[in-house]
Amino acid sequence: MTDELKQNGHFESVTVDDEPTAGIEANDESAGILCARAPIGLLAELTHRCPLQCGYCSNPIELERVNAELTTEQWISVMEQAGEMGILQIHLSGGEPTARKDLEDIVEAAAKAGLYTNLITAAVTLKRERLEKLKALGLDHVQISFQDVDAENAERIGGYPGATAKKLEVARWVTDMGLPLTINAPIHRQNIHNVGRYIDLAVDLGAQRLEIAHVQYYGWAFLNRASLIPTYEQTMQSVDVVEAARERLKGVLTIDMVVPDYYAKRPKPCMGGWAKGFMNITPAGKVMPCHAAESIPQLTFDNAKDRPLLDIWLHSDAFNAFRGTDWMKEPCRSCAFKEIDWGGCRCQAMAMTGDPTNTDPACSLSPYHREMVAVAREESHQPVKPYVYRNPKNAAQTLKAKKEDAELTPAE
Amino acid sequence: MAETNRPGRLIVDQGTKPYLPPFMKLRYDKGRDRWVLLAPERILSPDKIAVEILQLCDGVKNVEEISGQMAEQYSAPVDVIQKDVVELLQDLADKGFLKAF
Ligand code: SF4
Ligand code: SF4
Repeated sequence: MTDELKQNGHFESVTVDDEPTAGIEANDESAGILCARAPIGLLAELTHRCPLQCGYCSNPIELERVNAELTTEQWISVMEQAGEMGILQIHLSGGEPTARKDLEDIVEAAAKAGLYTNLITAAVTLKRERLEKLKALGLDHVQISFQDVDAENAERIGGYPGATAKKLEVARWVTDMGLPLTINAPIHRQNIHNVGRYIDLAVDLGAQRLEIAHVQYYGWAFLNRASLIPTYEQTMQSVDVVEAARERLKGVLTIDMVVPDYYAKRPKPCMGGWAKGFMNITPAGKVMPCHAAESIPQLTFDNAKDRPLLDIWLHSDAFNAFRGTDWMKEPCRSCAFKEIDWGGCRCQAMAMTGDPTNTDPACSLSPYHREMVAVAREESHQPVKPYVYRNPKNAAQTLKAKKEDAELTPAE
Repeated sequence: MAETNRPGRLIVDQGTKPYLPPFMKLRYDKGRDRWVLLAPERILSPDKIAVEILQLCDGVKNVEEISGQMAEQYSAPVDVIQKDVVELLQDLADKGFLKAF
C-alpha cells in the first residue's frame, strides 16, 4: 500500500465498507467470510411478555410462558459465548426486554463480552434511573418503536393508553444521556399516510436513525394481514417520501427502509441469506436462523441450554437446512440471482406455498407470484377491520381455532 | 448538548477537529482479522489507512494536522492526502458517525 501511495500520491484506497446488520438489505460478499466462523448479529428475544398488544407483531401466535424463559445465568452464558465466537452486535428484544428484571445483568455480561449492545424497546414502562444504570453498565444504543405519530391512533394500534407521551419522554432521556437513538416505525395501512411525519418526529427527537419498517407478515401480522397490508399506490408513495428525505437529511438522520416485497419483482435477500450472518434466540432458548423460522414445521431447533452456540451455528440441522444454494429447486437453482437474494424468504415460501424449499412467492418467477399479488391487492382495498390484538387470551383462542391456512395454488 | 442531539450537517474542512462519538466503537475483530467500526445497526470495515486516520481523530487535532501526520508517515504530498482525509471524514459525518468540535 505504501508503494502505490508514493507513486500517485493518493491513498490507493481509503474505504469504509458499510455492512447493515439487520440482514434485510445486506448483499456484499464479505458475508461469505463471516459465515464460516460466526454470525455478526444476534437477536436475543429475552421474553414474550409485553405491555403492548400490537396486531402487527411478528412474534409467533404461540407466546412463550414466563416459566419457560431462560434463566439469568443462561442468558449470561449466551452473551459470553457470543463474544468468544466473534459475534459483534447483540439486539436485546422481545416482547418487551425491560420486562426482565435481570436486564441489567444481561447487558453487563454483553458489554463485558465486547458486544455492541442494542436495546429494542416499546419504552412504556422504562424508568429514567434504570436507563441510566443500563448505560453505565455498557448499553450502546436504544431503539424505540412508535405505533403511529398520532397519539390516539398509536394507542389504539398498540392497545396501550398513554403510550405516546411516555415514549416521547423516554426518547428525550436517551438523547439527553448521549445515547444514540433509533426510532422504529412499523408501517402498515393504518399509519402509512404518516411516513413523512415520522421523519419529522425522528429529526425533532434528535434520533440518529429512523427505521421505516414496513410490516413483515409473520406471526400475528400474518393473521391480521388483511387489515394491515397497504395498497400498491400507498407503498410506492411512502418509498418516494423516504427517498426525498434521505437526500434532504444527509448527515442529520439515517433512514433505513424495510420494504414490503408483496409488490416487488424480486424478493428481499431475507436475513442476507439463511444462516449467513444472523442468529436468533427465543425466550425459551431455541436457536434459530431467523425469528420466524419456527413457522417451518420440518425444522427442529437446538436449545442454547443444551448445546454450545458455535456448534449450533456450524453444525445444526436447522442452520444447514437452507444454507447456501444446494437446497434450491427451480426456478432458483438455475437463476443468476441465487447468490444475491438467496431465493428470498423461507418462511414466506412456507406460509404461502406450504413448502419452504419453494422460491419465495414475492419473486415474479415463482408460479405463486401472480396469485400472491392478487391477494395483496385485494386485501389492501378492503376496509380495515378490527384486528386480533396480540395477547395470551387471543393466542389461546387462535391456536384452538387453528384456522386452516389458506395456501396459494400455483399457476399452471 | 449531548453528541446525539446536536442538529445540522457537519461540513468537514481543514479546521474541523473530528472525533468518534462514544456510540461508535473502533475495534479489532480478532476472529476475522480486520478492524471494524461498530455503529447502531451497522458494521463498517475500514481499511488500514482509514483506521490510522480514525485513530488520529481525537477531537483535539484538526484535519490539517491529521493530514500532515499522515503525509509525513507515508511521505506523500500533504494537499493530496488532505483531500482523501476530508473525503473519508465527510462520508462518515454524512452517515452520522463522526462528530467534531
Ligand atoms: S410489536 Fe408490539 S406487541 Fe409485539 S413485541 Fe413489539 S411492542 Fe410488543
Ligand atoms: S428465481 Fe429465486 S434466485 Fe432467481 S430471482 Fe427469484 S427468488 Fe431470486
